[in-house]
This record gives sequence, structure tokens and C-alpha cells, in this order.
Amino acid sequence: MNRFLVPIVGFAVLVLFLMIGLNRDPTFVPSPLIGKQVPAFNLPELSDPDKFVTDADLRGKFSVLNVWATWCSGCRQEHPVLNQIAAQGEVPIYGLNWKDDASLANEWLQRLGNPYTATAFDSEGRVAIDWGVYGAPETFLIAPDGTILYRHISPMTMEVWKSEFLARIASVSTP
Amino acid sequence: MIPELGQLCTVIALCLAGVQTIFPLVGAHRNQASWMAVARPAAAGHFVFLALGFGFLTYSFIINDFSVLIVASTSNSALPLLYRVAAVWGGHEGSLMLWVLLLAVWTIAVTVSSRSLPDELSSRIIGVMGFISVGLLLYILSVSNPFLRLFPIPMDGNDLNPLLQDPAMAIHPPMLYTGYVGFSVAFAYAIAAMLGGQVDRQWARWVRPWTTAAWMFLTVGIALGSWWAYYELGWGGWWFWDPVENASFMPWLIGTALIHSLAVTEKRDLFKGSTLLLAIGAFSLSLLGTFLVRSGVLVSVHAFASDPSRGVFILSLLVIFIGGALAIYAWRAPGLDRNAGFKMVSRESFLLVNNILLSIATGLILLGTLYPLVLDAMNMGKISVGKPYFDTVFIIPMLPLVLAAGFGMHAAWKSADAAQLVRRLRWPAGVALVSGIALTALAWGTGPVLTYVGVAAGIWLVLASLRDPVMWLLGKGPRLTASMIGMQLAHAGVGLFVVGITVTSTYSIETDQSVRLGETVQIADYAVTFNNLQQIEGANYTALRADIDISQDGEKIAHLNPEKRIYRVQTMPMTEAGIDATLGRDLFVALGEDLGDNAWSLRIQYKPMIRFIWLGCLVMALGGLIAIGDRRYRTAVQTEKIPVKSGTAARPA
Repeated sequence: MNRFLVPIVGFAVLVLFLMIGLNRDPTFVPSPLIGKQVPAFNLPELSDPDKFVTDADLRGKFSVLNVWATWCSGCRQEHPVLNQIAAQGEVPIYGLNWKDDASLANEWLQRLGNPYTATAFDSEGRVAIDWGVYGAPETFLIAPDGTILYRHISPMTMEVWKSEFLARIASVSTP
Repeated sequence: MIPELGQLCTVIALCLAGVQTIFPLVGAHRNQASWMAVARPAAAGHFVFLALGFGFLTYSFIINDFSVLIVASTSNSALPLLYRVAAVWGGHEGSLMLWVLLLAVWTIAVTVSSRSLPDELSSRIIGVMGFISVGLLLYILSVSNPFLRLFPIPMDGNDLNPLLQDPAMAIHPPMLYTGYVGFSVAFAYAIAAMLGGQVDRQWARWVRPWTTAAWMFLTVGIALGSWWAYYELGWGGWWFWDPVENASFMPWLIGTALIHSLAVTEKRDLFKGSTLLLAIGAFSLSLLGTFLVRSGVLVSVHAFASDPSRGVFILSLLVIFIGGALAIYAWRAPGLDRNAGFKMVSRESFLLVNNILLSIATGLILLGTLYPLVLDAMNMGKISVGKPYFDTVFIIPMLPLVLAAGFGMHAAWKSADAAQLVRRLRWPAGVALVSGIALTALAWGTGPVLTYVGVAAGIWLVLASLRDPVMWLLGKGPRLTASMIGMQLAHAGVGLFVVGITVTSTYSIETDQSVRLGETVQIADYAVTFNNLQQIEGANYTALRADIDISQDGEKIAHLNPEKRIYRVQTMPMTEAGIDATLGRDLFVALGEDLGDNAWSLRIQYKPMIRFIWLGCLVMALGGLIAIGDRRYRTAVQTEKIPVKSGTAARPA
């Protein structure tokens, strides 16, 4: 092929992906996991590797899974909000510490406060793949029967918490 | 009334941009002087009306007109005047207005200084820039209108994101955008030259200062953003490989390659194909950056607005601009490129390697930024790419680049004598190797091998860059032109930057400690005392301000006041770190959470050489500035001014 055609062909391929990407925008199109059962997992607890966090911990009540890492700037931004939510005590927040360094992560929780009931330590990111995590921070809402009700991408805010999370819990529990 | 006037001015600017596109381009094609003569007045009118539109918009922010939607969403009456003005580009709609306004400013700069160019070429350049403006103005007026009203009118605005209420953040976007948009000039030159079918050394000489200027602004813009992240986000990081950061970094890398490729085109009439492609690439990546940030395709902390209908519009613009440019490239470039001989060891070879490595680095960053998207689109599952990936893939092409750059600067064009090159540089190389290892080990202690390599490579580049200027100053070397000095200084800046990154990333000490009021903690050689804590009231925030003393060997060296602010409107907690900066190290203290019982968590960091990161960037930009000042860019203009001027005079006005 003529080498001068290479750039435009490459660009055409890129455009194709961007077009698909636009329609699949994770913020606006529900994740394929929504309405499905939580993927099974079994990971060590961050602060106490002898204990384990599993998908069973998320069931039995409304719960929230928050994907975070110390290298993620958005996680830092949302952390005070998570602390605030945890302080209200309505819904337990579970952490999924993703591709991180355990000592840094523990230090972070000591310094900024720990909003998590328990934090699963996913250093390789394998469980995050099952959950379809694209980037941190992401936050999932899980129903008592283990179905994923909602997924929020980008830092959590009090508005999102009220309008998307608490509102869903209210509508599901009082049908 | 004022916002409507602003909108009217913007519509008029759109019409004038249309005129600025059609007449000069068609005129150049048909060689009709009267049509081409429309270019400059149309561009001037386009600028005036856009400036008016932007001015009216800014006025709405200054007088707190909350009936305007974007004023209500990004400003507040309690916001200080500086930030009310900065709030104009604090949101999506306003920042795009800034983008087109800057495009108009660059266009005016081109119209003023292109009088010595052949009419055909300058008309095409102005026409292409007008076309870009048409696209963006259509976008602004159809899906991103900054002049929309809001009803009912709110009592007060939603305030500017507290993260952005900072002097560096007020000037960071204009700097960055000036750089982004500045690459449109090189882009327009490339398209114009391909349409006209002539790319030669004179053309390259015309494009060079424009490219260097855009690159300089982008360098400063990126450095400002990084500096801001360091002191404002409160955890002492300075680069996060965030998609938005990547979006600004990729045009910078390709712009850097373009500057080098242009040098070869100007001196040796070679690399024309790659120069044209890089000129298209630098601006395309700027546009792609806008798309990635604005469309919501990639979700990022920085993305202050994302909307798929806008995404579709921007994607269409990308297809027209980039696709069109690449189609013209595929059609015209084969006839322009030529292969001419240069030896294995020659400046051309080094510059070729430079361009390849910079392009690889850009490609890997682009891949990392888009890879999750591509896999998702192919239903291959979702994967994530973070800082670890980028750190690794960036260092692989960069290390050889830094090592080669020192030689490349001293290699002769066409064919260089390898033995002589080694002789010339044995001192810098030797000194760099010894001092890199010794200094590192003595000053900061032992570290991984890569640290020694990094420091030695940085010192090597500084010494190799400064060899010729020093010889000249000592009267032992030939006189240097401004562009030589600028080039060498910019490379020395890269060297400083490399040293800064290497030392900071290896030897930083970061601790988070619970500290009681009155207590003293020790970090490295420094004793940090937490004296007291008081509540203070800012213009639009309430803050807790800590009072901290730092002493070394019993001697007080710094007094810091880190703050934790709560902005009243958005009730968002913000950290203002206290930083004691010297050239050799920063001491960074950020106030964390209240742990009860008079104890607070303090984040204390010792960051050696971190200033060299931004200092290196400033030196690079200064090098660019000096290079632009080279006389040959102006002499070239002066010698050619005479015939063109008489030509214009002879033509009926």
C-alpha cells in the first residue's frame, strides 16, 4: 500500500472506534452488568490479608462498592464525600482497592479516614475486569439480592448520592 | 440585552469566517487577486466581532448577570473579580469561545506578518484558518451556546469549581489553548503548501517561528497545569497521566518532533513528507484532545462537561478537518517528498531517530488513552490502564532519546565524523557519568540503577547543550546565532527536567502522621512542629489554618500555613498545602483530617529537586523564545518585502 495512505487509513479506523465509543459511553449507557448478579470474587482484605472479602459480603442488604486507588486523583477528590456518606451510616460502602500498593493504600485510609466497611485488595486488577471497571473512581449500587442496580463513573458527589443512589434504594424498597 | 448582542456578534463573526474561507481559497485556486484581497479584511472583521462577542460574555460575568446560564452555573457574586473573569473559561461553552477567540488572534498575527509571502500562499493559509473557525463557531452556536438565558433567574450562581479558584489555574487554560490553537498555523501552512504544490526551504523557514511559538505556549501551559496540580490538589503529585493531561502532552510531543523535522526541511530540503504529516498531526491531536475531553468518550476528573450530542458534532468536525487534511496529504505529498542521501552518522540521522522516538512515545500514550475504548468497542471486555503503564512505556523511548540528543546537537549535517564527535563530547560525557553517580550517591544516598542512569543522562544533556555557548562566551568557539543558543538552551532545559524527575521520584519522602497540637515530628533532617490551628474567613470560603514551624539542626528555617478550606457555595473541602521551596528541595505540608483529641493527620513531604521539573520547562520555553528572535526570520521577511510591496502598490486598491 502507498505509504502516504497509511495516515488516513489509520485515522479512519480511529474514527470508527470513536463512533462506537460515543454510543457506548459508559456514563450514559447502562453498563451491561446492570440488572445482573454481582460477579463472584474472593480477595484479601486490605488491612488484614488473612481475612477475605467476597461477593457474599455485598449481599443481604443494600450495599455500595467503590473502586479506588491512591494514584487516582478523582478518588482523592471524592474521598470526603464517601466519609460523609459512611458517617450517615445508611448504606455500607465496600472498597475495591485497585492496582495499588497495599502500604500506600493503608496509609491513605489512615490519613483521610476510612469510609469502608471492608476493602478488597485487587492488586492485579483481575476482579476489576470482571466488574467492567474502566477507570477509578467507579461506584456500584448493589441490591440485597445481589443485583447491580446502578453504576456511577467519576467522583461521587452528594447530589449524585441523593439523586441516583438513595433515590433508587427508596424506589426499590417501597415498590 | 448584552448577551444577545454577544450572540449577534458571534453570528456575524461566523459569516465573516465563511467569507474568510471561501474567497481566499477560491481566489487562490483561480489566481484572482481581487478575491484573494478579501482575506485580510475578512480576518480582521472576524477577529473584531469575536472579540466583541467574548467581551460581552465577559461583561455578563463581571456584572454577575445570573440570567445567563453559564454565568449562573460557573460564577457567583461572592467570587473575586479575577476569578469571575477566569470563570468565563471555567466551563465548556466559555472555554470554546476562548478557543475560537485565540484562533482569531493567531489569524490576525498571520495576516500582519505574512505580507512578504506570495499572495496565493497567504490567502490559502488565512482561508484554512477561517475554515477551522467556521466549524467551531457552528458548533458553538448550535450545541454549545454560551449566551443562553436561564429562567427563572436564580438569586445567585453555582460558583466556580473551587479547584479552579487559583491564579495559576486562571492563566493555565489560556496558555494551553494558545499553544493548542497555535498549531493551527503550522497546519494551515501545511495545507496551503500542499494545495499550492510547493514545499521548500523558504516555506519551512516561514513556518518555524510559528511552530516554535505555539510549542512555547504549550510548554508553559502544561508546566503551569502540573505546578497547579502539585500545590492545589494537596497530595504532592505533579503528573497523573490523566486523559486530559495526555491530551495536552501528545500535541506537545508531536509539536516537538515537528520543530525538529522543520529544521531538516529548512537546512537540507528533506523530510518534507514527515514535516507535513507532523504539522497535520500536531493540530489534529489538539483537536482530538478537545474531542476526548468534551465528548464524554473518556471520563476524566478534568472533564467539566460531557454530552454525547456534542460528541457527535465534534467527531464530525474531526472527520472533516483531520480526514480532509490527511486526504490532501495522501493526494499531494507523494509528489513533494524526495529522498536524498545522508550518511548513517549525520545530524539528519539523529533528527530522524528523534522524530521516530517522539512519534512512538505519542503512539504509546495515545494507545494507553484509547485502548480501553477500543477493546470495549470490540466487545473484548474492559481493561484499565493507569499510571504504571504510562510510566513504563514513556521511559523506554525517552531514555535513548536523551542520550542521543547530546550527540545529535553536535553532529554535522549530511555526514558527521563519528570519531570527532566522540572527541568533542568526551568531557561532557565523562563529567556527566562521574558526577551523575557521585553526586547522586553523596547527596541523596543509594538508589536503583535507573536513578543513576537518569541523573547522569540529565547532566549529560545539560553539559552537551551548554558546551558550545560556554566555548563562545570564553572566546574559544565560533559565534552562535540566536536560534542556535535557543536550541541549546531548550535542550539544557530537557536535561534539568530529567534530573528533576529522576531525583524527585526516587528520593522523595512522604509520610502521613497523626500530630497533636504542640507536638514535633521528625522527617529526614527536618523537625516539624504543629504550633496551633485557627479558623479564618476568606472572601468565599471558611478555612482552618495551621501554623507550622520547620527547623533543621535546631535552626528555624520555615514557617508554613497549610489550610483546609470549605467553599461556601459548593461546600467542597479544599486543601491549600504549605510549601517551603528552595531550588534543591521542597518541604510540603498539607493538613488532613481531624483525628480528634487535638490530633490532626498531617501529610509531610520532602521532595528533592522537584523545582527542576518546572524550571526545566521554563528553560525549554525560554530557549524557544530566543530561537524565535533569530534575525534570519526577520531578514528573510525584509529582503522579500520590497518586490511584494511594489506589487501591492501597483494593484488597484
